[in-house]
Amino acid sequence: MTTAASTENTDQPAPGKNAARPPRVSALRRSWDKYWYAWAMVTPVAIVLAVLVLYPLGYGFYQSLTDANESNVSATIGAFHRPATYKFVGLDNYWHVLSGADSDFYPRLLWTVIWTVVGVSLMVGLGMGLAVLLNRKMRLRGLYRALLILPWAVPSFISVFAWRLMLNSQYGVFNEIITAFGLPAQDWLGTPLAQKVAVIMVNVWVGIPFNMVAILGGLQSIPKELYEASEMDGASPWQRFVNVTLPGLRPVTNTIILLGCIWTFNMFNIIYLLLGNNTSGDADILVTFAFRKAFTGVSDYAGAATYGIIILALLLAFSTFYRRNTLKSEQA
Amino acid sequence: MRRGISIAAAVTVIALSATACGGSDDNSSSKPKAAKDISGTITYWDTSDAATEAPTYKALIKKFEAKYPKIKVNYQSVPFTDVEQKFKSAAKSGKGAPDVVRTDVGLIPEYASLGYIAPLDGTTALKDTSDFNTTPMNTTKYNGKTYGVPSVTDTLGLLYNKELLKKAGIDTPPTTWDEFIADSKTIKKKTGAYGTYLNPDSYFLLPLLYSNGADMADTSSKKITISDANAVTALTTAKKIQDEASMKVDFANAYQNMQTAFKNGKVAMLVQGPWSVSDDLTGKVFKGNEDNLGYAAVPAGAGGKAQAPTGGHDLTVYQGSKNLDASYLFSQFMTSTESQVTIATATGTLPTRKSAYTSEVTSNAKIAGFKPILEQTARPRVALPQVGSLFTPLAQNYVKILQGSESVKDGLDKTATEFQKLLPGYSIG
Repeated sequence: MTTAASTENTDQPAPGKNAARPPRVSALRRSWDKYWYAWAMVTPVAIVLAVLVLYPLGYGFYQSLTDANESNVSATIGAFHRPATYKFVGLDNYWHVLSGADSDFYPRLLWTVIWTVVGVSLMVGLGMGLAVLLNRKMRLRGLYRALLILPWAVPSFISVFAWRLMLNSQYGVFNEIITAFGLPAQDWLGTPLAQKVAVIMVNVWVGIPFNMVAILGGLQSIPKELYEASEMDGASPWQRFVNVTLPGLRPVTNTIILLGCIWTFNMFNIIYLLLGNNTSGDADILVTFAFRKAFTGVSDYAGAATYGIIILALLLAFSTFYRRNTLKSEQA
Repeated sequence: MRRGISIAAAVTVIALSATACGGSDDNSSSKPKAAKDISGTITYWDTSDAATEAPTYKALIKKFEAKYPKIKVNYQSVPFTDVEQKFKSAAKSGKGAPDVVRTDVGLIPEYASLGYIAPLDGTTALKDTSDFNTTPMNTTKYNGKTYGVPSVTDTLGLLYNKELLKKAGIDTPPTTWDEFIADSKTIKKKTGAYGTYLNPDSYFLLPLLYSNGADMADTSSKKITISDANAVTALTTAKKIQDEASMKVDFANAYQNMQTAFKNGKVAMLVQGPWSVSDDLTGKVFKGNEDNLGYAAVPAGAGGKAQAPTGGHDLTVYQGSKNLDASYLFSQFMTSTESQVTIATATGTLPTRKSAYTSEVTSNAKIAGFKPILEQTARPRVALPQVGSLFTPLAQNYVKILQGSESVKDGLDKTATEFQKLLPGYSIG
């Protein structure tokens, strides 16, 4: 076909302007001749991405359009064979979830948003405060930095279990301390509200070091001259913070807020491990909820996949919107 | 002229090769080999407590290998809490699945319905079923076939601190839930200790449901029964126990806290199973004073009958095992009378064979304590593949009822609605 196309072109009488444009196919070939090494280098990555990302994603999306679960997908185990009996149901699962018919989605979504917004604000705010503190000259600065990075260095399941022990209402250290002062013991993980406060607190504790280190790096990249100049102009420390430090940090904070939102939205282990099994389920975010769908009893593949795709869509929409806005403000 | 744009559609077809075919199995089941001729390597997943029980199982495996030198057993310890996920994902993919796995009796209908475990009727594994006690034997059945060999059994009973009850002037442990609450009040008044610590877990709710004539669902009439009047009575009693008889419940740490409180003598009575006894005996009120621990059946409810779920473990064989004959033989060896006596004397767990209750075994206080309870009150759970999934919504609404954010009736109605999502074809009633 390619030869036919090229002869067809050369056989034609030159129609003036069009003759100057090289035929498309030979342009492609020339581009291949010139850039084949680039294609060759990209191919392994493209294949790996296809296998590790696109295939599971596509398969997950496909499952969300069916009513597949562990008991109706095909299986061949030794002498046992079960043919696939699941059906294609189109957008039924999405409709079921988004119309509120399953009565689980919207309460979970609301709480997930609150959990993300509160958690990220606290992480970035406290991280910034600590970074500003540590950016000053002081004694034992290295020690403080090391101590503040500690929560990051400890595997998160260990810190979560440590918090669970400390928050134990009957044998935890917090109640030991406050009852020693004559105050009544608190049920730190008892009610849904207390559980929500507790999971946010632990998540912030685990998340601060990353934010602090990133902001500390950003602080050190702000030119000293800017501070000197604003000091000469008579700016107060607060004015310097608002007008020099904050704008100077914007590239860093924009990135860590975006990352923080994505990570917190999908933060699984803290909620799952801190609260254990005897909870009312009110502190479950979308991800932990989808996990329970997929991994308790007979797995609901379609339901869990639907939640996965919805979570992905929400995060994609958020990232696009956020990036567009921050780019605008950075350019302004 | 207009030329069609050729679209190069790069379609990547990833064929996940499910090449684990069992066609090359040379052990045809129609012509069983003599036990001595069976050879091969089998993997066994053990879920017994890695510190206290596993050494006994390992020693038994040594004996098995000595008796059948052509078979090698690859022992792997898998924590009880992880085994369901681990086994299911391995069984599904066929990669890394064990040949024999120790399975909680509650999981048998699920594994069997999904085709993960092999039916054992007529195999070496189940040569003589008459010797097994009926209650544990019943847990191995699904749709008329037998999928497990009962290995150990248990049930929930009432464990109590004899000294505390005596101090409160109570001679015999309570036999009804009303008595249980009344005695708890007396204990609190006379000794300062609490009557009980309510475990807000749905499994521990079963004695209350059963003894009030309620259950999660009824398979014969295809009805969800968790919101009927009997269940309302049961949950109302549970709430009353929490409010009037129990130490304040820490929901996130309930199990550990209940054990600690009982071991320290802050709590007088617990609904618990035999697995907790070794732990209980390390507490300061029982250490060196083992007679202080009393055993009784769970109290009875309005229906007048005390009932508790049968627990325990069965040995199950993976359907895709390459060495089925060796797996059957291994399951049979590990559940033989001799092996059960060894396990029972060493770990204090209850055997499933009648012949394994030798005088040596019954002289163990734990076994002697739980044996009559088991005979008196144990009954199987409803045999639904989804039973594992049902416990989650029940537990969540149970917690809400106990915390007062839902009324008993509302909580149970919501549970029934959740059950209906998981049980297609079932009606609420």
